[in-house]
Amino acid sequence: MTPIIIVSLVLIGLSALLTVIRLLAGPTPFDRLMASDTLTVIATAFLVLFSVISGGTDLYIDVAIVYAVIGFIGVVTIARFLKGGK
Amino acid sequence: MRKWKGTFALLFLLAVSWLLIVSSVAFVELIAGAVAIVVIVLLTHRSRDLFGGLRLSLKALLFTPIYLMVFLWQLIRSNLDIARRVLSPSLPINPGIVKVQTQLQSSLGKLILANSITLTPGTLTLDVEGSSLYVHWVDVKGTDADAATQSIVAGFERTLMEVVE
Amino acid sequence: MVILGNILIFIGSLFLALGGLGLIRMPDVYNRLQAGTKATTLGAMGVILGSAFLAPEMLTKAVLLIVFIAMANPVSSSTIGRSAYKGGVPLASRSVRDDWEKEEAAE
Repeated sequence: MTPIIIVSLVLIGLSALLTVIRLLAGPTPFDRLMASDTLTVIATAFLVLFSVISGGTDLYIDVAIVYAVIGFIGVVTIARFLKGGK
Repeated sequence: MRKWKGTFALLFLLAVSWLLIVSSVAFVELIAGAVAIVVIVLLTHRSRDLFGGLRLSLKALLFTPIYLMVFLWQLIRSNLDIARRVLSPSLPINPGIVKVQTQLQSSLGKLILANSITLTPGTLTLDVEGSSLYVHWVDVKGTDADAATQSIVAGFERTLMEVVE
Repeated sequence: MVILGNILIFIGSLFLALGGLGLIRMPDVYNRLQAGTKATTLGAMGVILGSAFLAPEMLTKAVLLIVFIAMANPVSSSTIGRSAYKGGVPLASRSVRDDWEKEEAAE
């Protein structure tokens, strides 16, 4: 692991932390939903990076692909549900 | 004809995705992929004409990489723009919702245009109704609807017109 | 290759952090969506492509994931923005214009 990767991991952790603050702070349900959508993308990127630094097994990138797809479907479903109607 | 074009495009897209996922050409993998693709094509029979808007010509093939280049460049520009706004202490935003018009006919064209607008500097598509798009704009300039259309839509539309209807 | 991968990962995570900062600083849900979507799309694309440079055997899956993120991320934020508007979330008080409201009032 190079120092650049460590700095990058810290930055990804920072962005996840800021997103979680928004997730907890709200104020509207849509803010929380948007924060969890952002968190999904951040987690996907982290999983891919983790797949590299954990010794080149491409197990985690499969997890990342499935996670990205399920996260997307979940967010769209909840957004349509929150709108009410249609 | 339109339906067959849609089927062909869907088959192609699914086949490429499958090959990228398994990243091998072993016989068993190909058989499994073929079965899955046939099932998906049969299940999505009703919504087939989403991909019917594709143009199948040499010119369209030529313009696809150009479009991707424009898209990538705009994405990088929009990120620098957002970074500048977020990092400056006074938060220089001037937001509002504007209505813009598009000349694209097919739903695939509108979908790609809406996605592209979302990733260009300072704009976010909220809704598409008929031929008009509602766009949230971080930095509204002026009050003229035509000027807004020009500066938001026109750049992408010209290239996109060559690829989809 | 390795150096390029490292640089891409660093730039990507920098944009991810900027997106998180945008989520905190922006005044209403629409502006937050703007910052969140753009920054995380390019940020995730950078991190994933950089990782693929470090481990070339996962390049094909990484390309698939990048294409998926580039297509799915704008769709999900448009959907959230639309339902927020239909759900009655007001624009920030410093907003200058709202064409959509005029339309709905006219109908």
